[in-house]
Formats: sequence, C-alpha cells, structure tokens
Amino acid sequence: MSAIIELKRDKGERNKRTPLPEVATIADEGVKTVGEWTVSNPRIRCRNVNVYYGEKQAIQNLNLDIAGQEVIALIGPSGCGKSTFLRCLNRMNDTVVGCRVDGEILLDGQDIYQEGLDVVPLRARVGMVFQKPNPFPKSIFENIAYGPRIHGFASSKAELSEIVEKSLQQAGLWEEVKADLDQAGTSLSGGQQQRLCIARTLAVNPDVILMDEPCSALDPIATTRIEQLIDELREHYTIVIVTHNMQQAARVAQRTAYFHLGELIEVGETARIFTNPRHKLTNDYISGRFG
Amino acid sequence: MIDSQPLGINELIEGHTFKRYDGELSHLHYLVLEMGALVLSQVREALAAFKGRDLALAHKVVPRDGEVDRLEVAADEEIVKLIARRSPVGSDLRMVMAVSKSVSDLERIGDEAVRIAGLVIQIFGSETNDPNSQLARDVNGMGVMAITSLKSAVELFDVWSEEKARAVIERHREMEEEFQSGLRRLMTYILQDSRNIGVAISLVLVIKSLERIGHHAQNLAEYTIFQVKGEDIRNQNP
Repeated sequence: MSAIIELKRDKGERNKRTPLPEVATIADEGVKTVGEWTVSNPRIRCRNVNVYYGEKQAIQNLNLDIAGQEVIALIGPSGCGKSTFLRCLNRMNDTVVGCRVDGEILLDGQDIYQEGLDVVPLRARVGMVFQKPNPFPKSIFENIAYGPRIHGFASSKAELSEIVEKSLQQAGLWEEVKADLDQAGTSLSGGQQQRLCIARTLAVNPDVILMDEPCSALDPIATTRIEQLIDELREHYTIVIVTHNMQQAARVAQRTAYFHLGELIEVGETARIFTNPRHKLTNDYISGRFG
Repeated sequence: MIDSQPLGINELIEGHTFKRYDGELSHLHYLVLEMGALVLSQVREALAAFKGRDLALAHKVVPRDGEVDRLEVAADEEIVKLIARRSPVGSDLRMVMAVSKSVSDLERIGDEAVRIAGLVIQIFGSETNDPNSQLARDVNGMGVMAITSLKSAVELFDVWSEEKARAVIERHREMEEEFQSGLRRLMTYILQDSRNIGVAISLVLVIKSLERIGHHAQNLAEYTIFQVKGEDIRNQNP
C-alpha cells in the first residue's frame, strides 16, 4: 500500500522523468539493425548501402532483404532517409545532382548499380507511385498505353487495348472508366488519378512497386480503396511503401522498417513492431513521443 | 530487449508529443491504482472480520463492492476512449491491454472479498456454527498469504517490475499447496463429527475464495510481465 499512497501523494514529485534503458542492438556481422532484416527468399537484397548528397550522408550502412510477394512499410520521421532509400531501389536518385550510392543492391541476384546497366527497363521492373497523383495530360487510355508502347510490350492495337483493360482492372478502376477511356486522365478524382497511376505502373509488367506516401493527398475512402488494392497486388508483386500514416503501415504491411537519422533502426513483422518494438527509438516514434 | 529494471508509470507514459495523451494514460493508471487499493482494503477487512468474529465489519464490506464496480466501469470507459481516440501502440498498447485485463481481475477480487464477508456473517451469525480455533488459524494463515500476494500484485501497477511479478507468481504456487493442505484438514474435521459439515463447507468456501484471490494476483503479475517484456507467459506455469 505504501507505494500506492506515496504515488498518489507525490504525483507532482514523481513527474520527474528518468529515461528508459537503451536497448542493446543485436550485433550481427556489424549490422546494428534490430530485428529480422534478412529473409529466406529475398527479391531485393541490400548490403552496406550508403547514400550521400554531396558531403551529407543520408543513409548509413543499410542492410535489408525484401521478400517476394510482401508489402514492407518504411516509417520514420521526416528526413530519416526512407524516401531516399526507396528511390535507390530503381535508381531514381541518379537524377539528383551530387547524389552518390555505394554498397550493393541486388534485384533477383542482379546488381542494379552495375556499370552499363540500362535504367529504363529497371524502372519498368521496379515501378513507382508518387505522393501526388501525376497522370500525363493525356487520355485515360494513353496514360496506360504509353509505357507498354515505348517498351514494345504490344504488337498490335488489340494487344495494347488488352493491356490497358487488364491494368485498369488490376487497379480496380476499369468499371469506373471503361466508358470514358478517351477522357483526360486529369479529369478523374484524386483517388481515381492515383489508381490510374498504379494502373500505369502495372501496365509495364513490374516485379516491384515502390510507393512514396501514395495516400497522403487522398480522403479516407480513396485511401481505403488504395489500401485494398495494395493488399490485392501483394499476391503478384513486391511492394515497398513509404508512409507517415502508421495506421496505414499497420494495416497493409507484413513487415515494417523504422528509419532514424539515416539508419535502419529496426525491422520486423508489423504486428510485433506495433505491439512490442525492441528498440526504444521505435517505441518512442510509433507511440507519438517524437517525430 | 527491454530491460527488466523497474519502471514507474511516469517513465512509461511521459513524453508524448500530444500532452493530453499522457494525462489520459495517467488518469487510467490512477483509476486502476485506486481500484487496487480499494479491493486490497476490502479483502483485509473481510479477513479482519473473520479473525475478530466482527459481524459489523463484515456488514461494511458488502455494500462497498458497489464502489469497486463503479471504478471498473470508469476504467473501462477510459480504456474505450483511449483506444478510439489515441490508437495506442507499442508500450502504450501493452499498458492499456494490461490495465484492461487487470481491471476485470480486480473486480473479481472485490467479489471474493464480499463472498468472504458473507460467509463470516453466516459462520459467526450462529453460535452452532462456531469453528474451532485450529481451523480458524488455517483460514487466517491463508489470508495472510493472499493479502501479501495481492498487496505485491497491486504495487506492480506502480513499479512495473518483472522480478517482483515473478515473485508473486511463485507465491501463488505456495498458496495452491496450502489450499490443498487446508482441504485435507477440513475433510478430517468432517470425518470426526458429521455435525461439523455445515461450518466445514463454509470454511472450504472461504479458503477457496482466498485461493481465487491468489490466482487473480498471479494474473495481475502475468499482465505486468506482458507490459514490461511484451511476453505473454499465461499458461506456461505447471
């Protein structure tokens, strides 16, 4: 009883905080990341990845496997390196002046940073969906047909139409737009535009889909439709999603990776990360103590 | 892994960016502490009534159960609001879950205290039922064990210590053994004289209530370990 009485009496006194104990990191071949950062069937394998913007290091010694047919969510405060890492996976960072990537990123065993590699087919295999829907200022049909046409995936108009229909169906948009394929893509609602962009990514037959906060500009209903779509697409694709919405990570991802100041702090099964994170930084971030 | 070093609630909840969240968790914590203190006092008084053959004290315990029930409802309302508004995760989620389950166990401990008080009234309300002092000593011995366990379990809400939680679990094993010994003694008492059956049954119910209190205290300790370590150890004990 004494402790209880004391606690009640000294409520103000006890507000003095002492820090939680720091969590020991698991030392495994020099990797500081806590949790299951390797998988048995990696589609993407990242080893000792460092990314620099000029003098500034944005990613530090990142090691992570991403499995086939999984959704992995990358979470962390702004500037922690999660979007930078995402853009490494299809070499979008190549377009950033002063950006340098070292280390190894393998897609199905092939080094995507090997000299002479053509990034155009790479970006078809590893497609990207951005924060803000960005349809081309063209018709719905042309938005989807553009990719397969330039990659030479269709030998006839009929085949192209088939790809367009299949892609729109996969993106859950076909029923809503099948009568209006000639209308401008930009005439669609925000949620429909985002699904159009996903259909455009699917049309070039990717293995991996990268999503950079794909729902941040959408209302809750449109967000739910995209999340449902992500869940369906997981059957056929590997999906890496950056999100600031932790509920979204909890809903759609099988694994979640937490980034902090350019380091991958912890990665593991989503349910575990959100109930029993092992690293204090992960716990503090997901529970809203900073970030 | 998170250390087993004792953590006070302020260490567990303080520091949310949304400060009102800290206040809500803190309020929930005080509700459960208040409930813990109240049920501990109920059990103490029910046993004091048994020891002192004090019918007036036993009569005081019964109506106070309404206050335990009121605190249970208040804590449940807080928990529902917290889940709906804050979607707690990580250590906050574990705390809310641990408190939610603890509240149910505390309410049942309150019920056991009332049951004991009712049995005190039944046993000592009639002169023909008066148990001999040896059997009363058995109840008092188990009562001390139950109060010690419950006190330690309630204090876990303050210190969140894995080590202390494991000690509570260990103590429950001893109580189980004591309960079995008590049953054997009561059986002998019945065999000696069949006129003792009435009072013996009442005493069995008293020690069964004490054993239940020990069991609920063990549950509280298991929820503490879940809170501190994220580890569900229920049903792991032989």
